[in-house]
Amino acid sequence: MDKITISVYRHNPEIETKGRFVDYEVPVEEGMVVLDAMKYIERHIDPSMSIRWNCMAGKCGSCSAEINHKPSLMCKTRIDSFRGKKVTVSPMGAFPLVKDLVTDVSENWDILRRIPPFTPKKGIEKPWRMSQIDIERSKEFKKCIECFLCQDVCHVIREHKSGYVGPRHVVKAASLDMHPLDSLNRSEFLNSEGGLGFCNITKCCQSVCPEEIRITDNAIIPEKERAVNAFYDPIAIIIRRSRKEGERK
Amino acid sequence: MSSQYIVHETDVLIIGAGGAGMRAAIAASDSGSSVTILSKSLLGKAHTVMAEGGIAASLANVDSKDNWQVHFSDTFIEGVYISNYRMVEILAKEAPERVRELEEYGALFDRTPDGRIMQRAFGAHTYRRLCHVGDRTGLEIIRTLEDQLLHRKVKVYDEVFVTKLFTNEGRVVGALGLKLSDGVFHYFRAKATIIATGGCGRIFKVTSNSWESTGDGLGLAFQVGAELMDMEMIQFHPTGMVYPPGVKGLLVTEGVRGEGGILLNAKGERFMQRYSPKKMELDARDIVARANYAEIMAGRGTEHGGVYLDITHKGADFIKKKLPSMYKQYLDFAGVDITREKMEVAPTVHYQMGGIRVDPETTSTNVPGLFAAGEVASGLHGANRLGGNSLADILVFGKRSGEGASNFAKRSGFGSVDESLLIAEMERVKSYLNKDGLNPYDLATKLEDTMSEKVGIIRNGNDLNDALNIILELKMQSTKLGVDGSIRYNKGLLQCLEFPLMLIAAEAIIRGAIERKESRGAHARADFPKKDPQLRKNLIYVRAGDEMKLEWRAVPELPDDLKKLVEPEEY
Repeated sequence: MDKITISVYRHNPEIETKGRFVDYEVPVEEGMVVLDAMKYIERHIDPSMSIRWNCMAGKCGSCSAEINHKPSLMCKTRIDSFRGKKVTVSPMGAFPLVKDLVTDVSENWDILRRIPPFTPKKGIEKPWRMSQIDIERSKEFKKCIECFLCQDVCHVIREHKSGYVGPRHVVKAASLDMHPLDSLNRSEFLNSEGGLGFCNITKCCQSVCPEEIRITDNAIIPEKERAVNAFYDPIAIIIRRSRKEGERK
Repeated sequence: MSSQYIVHETDVLIIGAGGAGMRAAIAASDSGSSVTILSKSLLGKAHTVMAEGGIAASLANVDSKDNWQVHFSDTFIEGVYISNYRMVEILAKEAPERVRELEEYGALFDRTPDGRIMQRAFGAHTYRRLCHVGDRTGLEIIRTLEDQLLHRKVKVYDEVFVTKLFTNEGRVVGALGLKLSDGVFHYFRAKATIIATGGCGRIFKVTSNSWESTGDGLGLAFQVGAELMDMEMIQFHPTGMVYPPGVKGLLVTEGVRGEGGILLNAKGERFMQRYSPKKMELDARDIVARANYAEIMAGRGTEHGGVYLDITHKGADFIKKKLPSMYKQYLDFAGVDITREKMEVAPTVHYQMGGIRVDPETTSTNVPGLFAAGEVASGLHGANRLGGNSLADILVFGKRSGEGASNFAKRSGFGSVDESLLIAEMERVKSYLNKDGLNPYDLATKLEDTMSEKVGIIRNGNDLNDALNIILELKMQSTKLGVDGSIRYNKGLLQCLEFPLMLIAAEAIIRGAIERKESRGAHARADFPKKDPQLRKNLIYVRAGDEMKLEWRAVPELPDDLKKLVEPEEY
């Protein structure tokens, strides 16, 4: 049977100051993915290796890691794509390490708590009616499985302490903003508190999304434009000002 | 290693953060109770995300003749007359309201041309009844409920494994949990506790279930005296992937058949014409699953041991729109383009119809202070569950459970527990950190193999007795498990803790399957192929000392108004 070498980052911060890559030899089966290889190591070589996975089907977004330094889901990366060459598996670099391949991603729920929730318009007649075409935009964002690979790849998050909430959370806000019956505008939150201005649209997030959500094109850029239109457009400023004056009179 | 732990107090403690747990948390919080919810996985990763096809609710948006009465009769009849009628009635009546409420929480269902919630056909539902979001309905539910949860005053602790429930004078008063990320113990004092930990599919080798579906809550509840019911009823989904090996068992949604997919054997025959000429591919799951199995066993299977599921005739645009995640799943994992090629599928363990016995109104168990909702509870689905009824179940009974537990908490105080018991439990957990112990994965593999080989889709007395002997042997060995490493995020340790609980589920399934000497719904015996009118009863599993005892109990009689809705059972 063919074998492949998987080089796994091992680090227990409780007892070590530095981590290291450890090589494991794993027999290759047809159609095997990186997660299968990791499960083999877990079952047959070292059950104490820390690794997070759940659905094994690309639906839950638990098994995020960096495979050959590219943010990827272990369950969707096929071993045969490496043609027998050594594969490295390391934890997501943008998050604090818990142990081995497991990182602490809890800050994401703290951010999600800050995004204003779905707030339906008042007085909508029940049962609600919406047309399919109007829900399609929001639906694209709702495919997000919260794997946080987009957060991991984002250089603004990795290299700068800017306060930028990150691509996942822009997608979340956009999914609510583009709900046909929602009444809020979250672009103000995103562009002030959310630090969206720090994103310089390099589209890295979009390139690693396992759900192929066009994060930059369909969520980030429209939310940036919304803010510009609402707060910086000179004509809109004049209209707003005259409306306010009108109200005063 | 010290035996320190952090103590929390909460009115309502919810163990499990899938759809049922989260819906319960929202209800309990809205009823004015303080709520703490624990999740074994990260928040939002629970097995509910895997649900694909939809939520059954008789909104009658597509088929105007649909109503709760028809939903009631479909569910009760396909449960083969051993469901608790009151649970079925509640489900059928309340599901539409729960769906509309979910929409008001922000869920976006697919729409009809006139803008209402779209509904699709599903196996053994008389009308098109399943409200859906493409084939990602579970993800939409989880995300929507998660959103609601995060904006309420609910305390969330994820990656916490509950090792034991504690009682005082028979009432459940708290639970001890181990936080994986730092290895710290937490003791949650609670006035009321809800078990919402899902099913036990992972005790089988070939299953559609996530890693975490190991039946933990079922075992924990049984250990404190909760009665189980109908555990012998394990649903095989007719269509799981068979290839490649890494994804064997992974679910292929019934939505494929709902949208027009047909089943073919290797000879190209549409074999459902022989097994169910009227309902064809959309008959109940037990019937379609056994038909697939029979074709494979008769040598008319495909290259990798399955049958074909074909939807290519619907065209690429339709398939990509209606079944986007199935399209991606086959392309990513098997390299198969389902718009042009047939899928290979075979039955896979999918759902546990049985579970903890609960009261239909409040979901309370026979143990005071303990409630259960979702797949871990029993009574609703009887001997066979209809597709879409489990998502309805988690919303309807999740809410009732949250309210039931909240009301109980308002009438009760905190109960105390002797600290020495907590320390003893922590010592038990830590005793598994022993590198000379038996490898827990080896034993778990033996269990999974045994269940899939001997307690499968068609059962027989000899195999079941063999399986029971193996399980009892594994039970003896389960005290000698051990792993290397520290307590921090040690998945091997977690497997040691899960294993005894997996054995409780396995033992119940096997003992029940031996006891039920007939074929009814999902339970099929080669040596007793007929349904027995004498056995239209529920099997109850009671803890007696360290033993599991089985009792037959009569199915609650239908009141006259409901009796009129269902045809009498035929034998």
